[in-house]
Formats: sequence, C-alpha cells, structure tokens
Amino acid sequence: MEKQVKLLQGNEACVEGAVMAGVRFFGGYPITPSTEIAEGMARRLPLLGGRFMQMEDEIASMASIIGASCAGAKSMTATSGPGFSLMQENLGYAYITETPCVIVNVQRGGPSTGLPTKVSQADTMQAGFGTHGDYRAIALAPSGVEEILYQTIEAVNLSEMYRTPVVLLLDEVTAHMREKVMIPSPEDVDVKQRRKPTVPPDWYKHFEISPTGVSPMAAFGDGYRFNITGLTHDQVGFPTAVSSEIVAMLDKLRDKIVKNAEDICDYELTEMDDDPKVAIVSYGIVARAAKQAVMMARDQRLKVGAVRPKTIWPLAVNRLRKLLKPVRKLIVAELNQGQLINMIKHHVDRRHTEIIPLQRYDGELITPAQILNKIKEVKHHGTQV
Amino acid sequence: MELKSDVIHQYLRPKKKFPHVWCSGCGLGVILGSMIRSIHSLDIPKDDVVVCSGIGCSSRLPVYVDFNTLHTTHGRAIAFATGVKVAKPRLKVIVVTGDGDCLAIGGNHFIHACRRNIDITVILANNWIYGMTGGQFSPTTPTEKFGSTAPYGNIEQPFNPCDLAISAGASYVARSTVYHVDQLDKMITGALNKRGFSVVEVLSNCHTYFGRLNKEGDPVTMLNYFKKHALPVQAWDKVPEEKRAGKFVTGLLHDVEKDEYCDNYEKLVERLQAKMESK
Repeated sequence: MEKQVKLLQGNEACVEGAVMAGVRFFGGYPITPSTEIAEGMARRLPLLGGRFMQMEDEIASMASIIGASCAGAKSMTATSGPGFSLMQENLGYAYITETPCVIVNVQRGGPSTGLPTKVSQADTMQAGFGTHGDYRAIALAPSGVEEILYQTIEAVNLSEMYRTPVVLLLDEVTAHMREKVMIPSPEDVDVKQRRKPTVPPDWYKHFEISPTGVSPMAAFGDGYRFNITGLTHDQVGFPTAVSSEIVAMLDKLRDKIVKNAEDICDYELTEMDDDPKVAIVSYGIVARAAKQAVMMARDQRLKVGAVRPKTIWPLAVNRLRKLLKPVRKLIVAELNQGQLINMIKHHVDRRHTEIIPLQRYDGELITPAQILNKIKEVKHHGTQV
Repeated sequence: MELKSDVIHQYLRPKKKFPHVWCSGCGLGVILGSMIRSIHSLDIPKDDVVVCSGIGCSSRLPVYVDFNTLHTTHGRAIAFATGVKVAKPRLKVIVVTGDGDCLAIGGNHFIHACRRNIDITVILANNWIYGMTGGQFSPTTPTEKFGSTAPYGNIEQPFNPCDLAISAGASYVARSTVYHVDQLDKMITGALNKRGFSVVEVLSNCHTYFGRLNKEGDPVTMLNYFKKHALPVQAWDKVPEEKRAGKFVTGLLHDVEKDEYCDNYEKLVERLQAKMESK
C-alpha cells in the first residue's frame, strides 16, 4: 500500500499514531490545548470497536486508562498542565504497578491555569519527577507533526515493552500547527505487544523479577487471578514491608529504565560531524528554531551544531557526553526558566564545556534569529573557532 | 446454603499470609463473607470477577480473595473499575469501599458512575468514621458525634449514601447491616444480578474508634444497635414519621430498569459498523 499524504494538525497526528499503535481505550477530560486529541479519539475509537470515555476529571481519566490496561487494552489519555498535575497521583500508581499506558501532555504556560493558549516547556521536570516517590520515567518529545505520529506509536510501544507509563511531551505549537504528514501503511508500522505469561496460573507472579527486567503481564479475565496494589509489594503482588523486597521492587522500577536508556533515547544531530566547538541543545519546537539558526550560522561560515534529544527522560547519558566532548560552549535553549539546562549541567563535564542558557517564558517561541544572536555573542566572547 | 465457612474458604487466597489487618470483632469480615456467598450463589467463575478498592480498612478486602483484584488509590476505585469494565465488559466488576473513600475523596467518581449507570456493584461499608487513619470524622459521621478531628462533636451534616446514589442515577440501591446477614446476602446477590450501577450500603461497626470515641461500646453492643434501630423498608413505609426517628431504613430501596453504559456503547459501535458496511 502506498503512503497517504495528509495535511494534519499535531493533535490529529497524535490520534493517527495512537490508533495505528493499537490504542483501543481512551479516557480523557477536555483541556486546552490538547482537546483535539480527545475529540479525534471520540470519533475514531467506536469505528474501530474501541472505547472512548469522557471522564469526570483528569484523576478519573488516569484511573480509567490504568484499569483498561489491566483488562488488556492499550490505553491513552491526553491533557495539559493543570490536568497533568491532577494525573500525578494515579500516574504514580501506574509506575508502581508497572501498568503500560500513554499520557500526552500538551504543554502550556504555568504554573496553575497559567497561559492556556500559549506555548511552554515548563513541564519538562514534571514529566520526569511529577509524582512522589522513587521511579524512572520515559518521556518522548517530538518537534514536528509527522514526528508526533511516529513518536505516539513509539510511546505506545515503549509502554508495552517496558511495562511502564510513557509521557508524550508536546507543546501548544507542535500540537496546533499543521504540516504535511506521510501516513505510513499499517504493514510498515512496527507495533509491539506486552509480553504475556507462559507459565500456568499457579506459578504466575505479576511482578516477577525476570532476566530482561520486565515481567510478563497477564490481563484480568485471562485466567490468572492476581493482586495489583499501589502499596509496595513483593513479586506476587502482595503488600510487603520486608527490606529486601522493598529494595528489589524499587530497584526494578529504576533499572528497567536506566539500564535501557541508551536504547530508549535517541538524538537528532544537525551539523555535528565536523566537531563544532559551539552547539545548541534544545528539544521539541525550540529545536526547529535551533536547526534553522544553525543553517543560518553555517551560511555565515560560523561552525555551529545542534543536538536534539528526542527523549527527554531518560537521556542516553553516555552518548550525550561523547557527542558533546568537542563542544566548548553549549547553548541550552528552552521555553522556561531553566529545566533542561539542569539535566545537561548534571551530565556534561563543565571543566571543558561552558553552559549558556537561552530562555524564554513569555508564551512566545524562541526565534531562529534569537538563537543566531546568541551564537554570535558566544563566539564573540572567547572561544577561537 | 452450604456451611458458610466452607464456602468462604474456597475463595480465600491460599498464598496470602493471614492474619488480616482488621481488628477483632470488625464488621468487615462479615461483609467479605457475604460478598463471597453472593458470588458463589450466582455461580460466577472466579476468573471473571474483578474486585477493586481504594484506601482504607474496607479497601484491604480484595487482597484476601481469590479473584482478579485491584487495590488502587484513595477514592479512585470506581474510576479504575470503570476502565476495567469498559475495556472488558464480560467481567463482573465489584468495588469495595468505605464512607471516607467513596463519599469524601471519591464522591465525584461515585456520583458520575451512578449517572452513567455502568454495570458495577459498589459495596459501601459505612462505619461513620475513618478507621485506618485513627478515627477522624467522615462524610457520614452523624452531627454531634465525636471523632479524633471532631473532639468537640461533629458540626457537619452527614450524607445519606443511598439517597445520594438514587438521586445521582444508580439503578439498584440497598442498605443492610453486618448484623442482618441474611438480608445482606440477598441485597448483594441482587446487586450482582442487576444490569446497571448497583450500590449496597452496609452499616458496619468500628468499635475501635467510633465506638470508643462515642462511648457506644464493644462489637456486640454496636451490633445490638443495628439490630434495634434497623427498620425494613416494608415496615418503614407503613409507620408514621415520628416512629422513624432515630431509626434507619434497610432493604431494597430502589430498583429500576434503565439503559446501561456498556450496552449503550456496544449499540453505538454496532450502529456505526452497520453504517460503514452499507456504504
């Protein structure tokens, strides 16, 4: 089958990706700027025999998708800052119970009601550490409409493979802008399914510590009768207060993400091949401006490159360090008062690399010209290139 | 009916390390037994039963029973149960909850599930207090009664959970107590048999906190209170207003036929698919 070309809005591309990845349950609550995802799912899912539910709030939305996932359905919700805050309670439940599901957060300005119709990246930290307790998150961050489609599929796949909730971190602009999208034919899409148990029901442990770090998962009604609890639990699923079992459970939540970080995380590189000494790190919509700025700089014979993490949580740290080794001045551009920059500072050797912030949080985008100006300013002060 | 303890033992989880967390004399064991007998009497396969709960003493119930069990966050059990039921409508979904879990933090989910009339059975253990956290007043604590956060007596007005469920749209609403075990079995069996949202409020004794703080005595004294003050609905309807004072009505309070959510969704899917085929 040939690829279909469509002009789609980011939120619409998200719906296409979700449907292709096999999402058949959506529980959501209307909120700007994510509502088109709920509207799209409400139209599409009943046609496919799936189920869309408009819940009474985002707490219930998050609960409903976890419940649906426990019954075996691939499930998803979509929201924005205020709703994402309400979801944190049950998001934590999804982490501790290792229940696959996807949460789309179309970022808008905050805190609180903030700037409902304006762009922001101020939920970067919340996507990684929003709910209480120790756990590791996966959060993907596409920077264009077509990539939203593919990363939605990827988000569903990762949630199934690692038995964990996955956050898809969009922003108001990528969600609402329209671009050309090549819709892949279904046979070209790699759709992953959670691993099912092969043992008889009596042997089944819902949270078994397995060599891969990820336990097989039965669904309610499959004939495996097991317990799921938000309490710290043993491998069978019963509450525990035994030190060794507590540590084993928490290490499992951490290790299945941390040990696979290099596989989960990917980078897009622009003009990094000739080891530029100045580079820009940014994600999402800002990376589009960064890419443009790099092109403009190269036209002016300024040797600059750009690195875009496609996954914000976890970062593939080893690869990032290697990539940034030649860089002496690193501009971190983001739509907030400095969130990504702290992660970068943490991972980059600052004896060799100076880290320079470029931040905007007035609800408008960082422009390529702004980034270019920053590049020139940085070049002007010091580093011989 | 079979010898009651024999039936119950068939449904308890063999691997779960007992003893349970409840105080001796607690009414929750009676509710557990009644739920099991009801499921047993209807011959529902264990594999098809999902028991969801939130947080609190009553919400510890699912871990002991050999079904698919989902012990969730405080107040949210009905929202989780909704996802389970809608994703796999053939499952029999039961929520076990308490007065704080269901009516305070979970109040919104409760009324909206009533409104949707989704085929879920809620067993609401009402002991007028938060037991697990140590005796704070709840949305059903009667006015002037004491709780650890109402040291001078409760100044709030309580909910009537059954009235709330009826007005929010539930299709089956009943009340019983842990003293009236045969009636309780009937009410839960009826609820499980009902296609629609069903609520069984069970008055249960928390002698440890409610009884102690209000000087209402030990488990036996509290069970005697239920015995003396319960008025079956048939009698309730006949007696004059003044004779109802201080009493509460028990039995099947509300039973109506109305569209169920999952059925309606299935009809919608069939309608859309027929339309696509005719195109």
